[in-house]
Order: sequence, then C-alpha cells, then structure tokens
Amino acid sequence: MSILSITLYGFEALAGLSAVGILFVKNVFHAALLLIVCLLALAGIFVLYNAEFIAVTQILIYAGGVLVLIIFGVMLTSRITGRQLFIENQYVFGASFISLFLATLLIMLFSEQKFYQEASTAEVPPHNSINQIGISMMSDYALVFEVSGILLLAALLGAAVTASSFNIKKQ
Amino acid sequence: MEHTLILSAILFSTGLLTIIIKRNAIMVLMGIELMLNAANLNLIVFNRNSPGVLSGQFFSLFVIVVAVCEAAVGLAIVLRVYQYYQTAVPNEVNELKE
Repeated sequence: MSILSITLYGFEALAGLSAVGILFVKNVFHAALLLIVCLLALAGIFVLYNAEFIAVTQILIYAGGVLVLIIFGVMLTSRITGRQLFIENQYVFGASFISLFLATLLIMLFSEQKFYQEASTAEVPPHNSINQIGISMMSDYALVFEVSGILLLAALLGAAVTASSFNIKKQ
Repeated sequence: MEHTLILSAILFSTGLLTIIIKRNAIMVLMGIELMLNAANLNLIVFNRNSPGVLSGQFFSLFVIVVAVCEAAVGLAIVLRVYQYYQTAVPNEVNELKE
C-alpha cells in the first residue's frame, strides 16, 4: 500500500463518517460544521483523482461561500436561546428503509459492473489540466460558460429580491 | 476506485435520508448539497478513465455552479418563509396565500 492510497482511504473515511454524523446530531449548527468537514475531505479526494481545479473550486465555493450562507441561514432562522436550534426527526423507519435499499442497490451495481479498464487507470500521464481547462473554457465550452454566468446573475438578483423586505414596506 | 464509488453511493443515500427525516428546511438544503456532491464525486472518478479528456471535470464545475444558485435562492426562500410563518419546519408551511 502506497502513501497515496492510504491518504485516499483516510479522506474517504473522513467524508463518509462526517456525512453519516449529520444524521445523528441534533444541533443544526453542528450539522453545518460536519458538512464543512465532509466537503473538505471530498476536495482532498478530488486532488488525488487528478482534478486539482475542481478541488480548489470546491474549497473556495463550498467551504467559503455556501457554508457561510448556510450558517447565516441557521443563525437567522433560529432563536439562539430557544429550542429552535434542536431539531427532531420524522418518518425515521420508512426513510431509513428507502435509503438503505437505495444504498444497497447502488453498491451492488458498482461492485458488479466494470466501468473502467485496468490498463488505462494504471498509467495516467501527468498533464497540466488547469491549462487545458482554461483553453477549452474559452473555446469548446464558451456557450455553457456564458449561460452559467447569466444563471448566476439571475440567481443573485432573485435571491436578493426574495430576501429583502422591499416588497413589504411598499404595501 | 470502486471504494470511491461506494463512498459516493453512501453519500447519496445519506443525503436522501437527511432530506426526508429532518424537520428543518436548512437541513433539507444541506441534504441536497450532499447529494450533488456525491454526483460530482462520480463524475470526477469516471473522468480519470480517459486521460486527456476533461468532460467530467467540466460537468462537475457546472454542477457546482448550479448548486450555488440553488443554495442562494433556497436560503432566501427559507428566510422569507421564516419571517412570515415564524417556523422553519417544511410540514407546517401548508398555505400559499394569507
């Protein structure tokens, strides 16, 4: 076992354990912190799978942006002193049955099918993927790039208009 | 490689379970983030099969963009619903009009 596979197993165990831990904590704030741990471990896995740019994007956007948003949401929708921070569960038995069934199905599928060739995964050439991503972002994927920019603008405006109290004051 | 796929299956079903059982809208959003990240992990793992082709990484980049939009708009809606109904439990919000 090389040091790379040991690191990969460590990151995977960290991501899996923190994701399962979200189910068992009662406090929303603790769940948000566990989600940060899970997303950072996923970024480490992305680095080990030769996707450095996605890993950096994951850290910047998820751990820096989305989780700050979620923590703001937690603080704005719960009274800090009251019981609102502590949440209870519903439909536990049926939902665990469904998701255990889904997990078993997916794991059986993934362990029976061979989605890859052993030869091609053995030697991955060291390529500069950030360079390639930058070039094809401006050539092959230019339309998708622009459309996602428009989508981000629309979502930003929509979120700002929805969350502001501008409409209430006018009535 | 297979163990990473199994990890993504576990993350997906954990996200689904979080969405169903938690009585809080923000926990539901966190479950959606978990499911999207499980899909991203699959895309990255399968992209390693074909060196030189970066379609999987591009797809996961755009998945991240859409997830950010969803989180921003979803949290804005949750805040607004909380201001109006004084609750963040999705089941208790059952009317669209006052």
